[in-house]
Amino acid sequence: MLSDKEVRDIELKAEEIRETIIEMLVAAGSGHTAGPLGMADIFAALYFHVLKHDPQNPDWAERDRLFLSNGHITPVRYAAMAHAGYFPVEECLTLRKFGSRLQGHPERLRLPGLETTSGPLGSGLSQASGYAYGARMDNKKFRVYCCLSDGEHDAGNTWEGVMFAGNNKLNNLTAIIDRNNIQINGMTEEVMPLENLRAKYEAFNWHVLEVDGHNVREFVDAVGQAKAIFEKPTVIIAHTVPGKGVKEIEFDYRWHGKPPNKEEAKKFLAELRTLRGKITSENE
Amino acid sequence: MIYPNAKLVENLFDAKEQAATRDGFGTALLELGETNKDVVVVCADLAESTRVLAFKEKYPERYIEVGVAEQNLAAVASGLANYGKIPFIASYATFSPGRNNEQIRTTISLNQVPVKIAGMHAGVSVGPDGATHQALEDLALMRVQPNMVVISPCDAEEARKATLAAAQSGTPVYLRFGREKTPIMTTAETPFAIGKSSLLWLGEHPQVVIFATGPLVYNALCAAKELENDIAVSVINVHTVKPLDTKAIVAAAEDAGAVVTVEEHQIAGGLGSAIAECLAQECPVPIEFIGVHDQFGQSGTPAELIEHYGMGVSHIALAIKKVCSRKKK
Repeated sequence: MLSDKEVRDIELKAEEIRETIIEMLVAAGSGHTAGPLGMADIFAALYFHVLKHDPQNPDWAERDRLFLSNGHITPVRYAAMAHAGYFPVEECLTLRKFGSRLQGHPERLRLPGLETTSGPLGSGLSQASGYAYGARMDNKKFRVYCCLSDGEHDAGNTWEGVMFAGNNKLNNLTAIIDRNNIQINGMTEEVMPLENLRAKYEAFNWHVLEVDGHNVREFVDAVGQAKAIFEKPTVIIAHTVPGKGVKEIEFDYRWHGKPPNKEEAKKFLAELRTLRGKITSENE
Repeated sequence: MIYPNAKLVENLFDAKEQAATRDGFGTALLELGETNKDVVVVCADLAESTRVLAFKEKYPERYIEVGVAEQNLAAVASGLANYGKIPFIASYATFSPGRNNEQIRTTISLNQVPVKIAGMHAGVSVGPDGATHQALEDLALMRVQPNMVVISPCDAEEARKATLAAAQSGTPVYLRFGREKTPIMTTAETPFAIGKSSLLWLGEHPQVVIFATGPLVYNALCAAKELENDIAVSVINVHTVKPLDTKAIVAAAEDAGAVVTVEEHQIAGGLGSAIAECLAQECPVPIEFIGVHDQFGQSGTPAELIEHYGMGVSHIALAIKKVCSRKKK
């Protein structure tokens, strides 16, 4: 169980990550805003509590592996990695620029600490499953995590991966779904309904947990519970607010794939700074 | 004459011994099971016809089934290779690299993980299954992906060697195999190295050089022999379509001054295109292309289809004469 101080520390990291996301997106002039802001709390929890990792030694053999299937939200990963010490936070401003290690969609070979190359939706869970399968063959102790979007559950390949992991009882694999209900063309339940998502995963032999994706304590507890499930892989359906932290972006699917301009960024950053400490684990 | 250093079988033109190139793949996998514990096989519900069944039975703990799911086949293998295994993925070429092309592009080629893609049932010689199962564009699909090595073995023995070499290579590799039994031309002593073409038939002061790939190399040899008292022809087996052995190819084209390419594939995008791209820059000479000309296949016997689509010995002989007549006097 996290102490109150540990929760507060993670929440403050999440706020720093949000501010960095806005700064890097406005510098880049293109990119995705809603998804990265919505996943800031989870990425803060991953990089500042959950993952076994060493920013000074990104290839450490025993590290936990984090696959990002929905590569378009990579600004949140870059920001979290920078704040965790993988590279200087200033480098975040090179996002999407020529010669940058921070490609528009993540490339494993360009930036140490990334586990794969991703962006085209639907194939990340299969990759993470293959990785987890190989690691289990050799009795490796590290865990494999895979973040997915809800929208990429439209893709057949995602369900091929779901079936494969369930069939093979990959208990060293934890999937984390950013259930923010939006995709490029609109609300997920209007574009191509996904519900009942829990029942679908259960039918494919997964252990399913649902959490408030902005409640750090709830998320960390779920990750801990997943480690205790022996017969199945676990999926954590994290209910998030797209754009969380910036009122104008929250719940608005039109912010899925565009960055703020300079004026907006100024306003959003001011808003985020007033939020320091207000997105909290409210159930305590 | 047969080039002595090629160490081909005796009585080459009797073609007594035949085997499918996919059988050479299966044989090599059993050898790899013994010698390389990192090798795993991933299959999409086609264990028998892709010839991975024997590996599955002997090494069940290293055999991974994904069902009829070729996108998963590629992406799961990407994860396995990323972890440190050497996965061979087996399906029909129309599905892999056909159906799963994007997964191969992003998660294998761009990601630079050493997955070995074995595409079976290449060419119209698949026969009765018809156009849906006859891959005629797989070389093109794989050749345009950076980091991907593309190999199209000429017979079962070369298929065995290519599979063993692919396991060692550390790169993504596409291996192309046929369904039908075809003549065995090479022996265990025939040299094989990825990226190195091999001269099989040496014409004295050749007027034409044939660059052939896959089992049709045999038809190319038959055509060269048929014309041996008429037109001197050399035959080079280009088993590695990428990276192309440009030095040897340019030298042979310069020497002969005319080229015929032979492949059981669309003439767009395959070996012929690769040769033309190379020679247009380095040594422009007349070229004739033997292959399928912008058509799909159909049901029939392999022999009927090879003839119908213009890839028989007589077609190659005709192309040799034609390209010879196009040479500048």
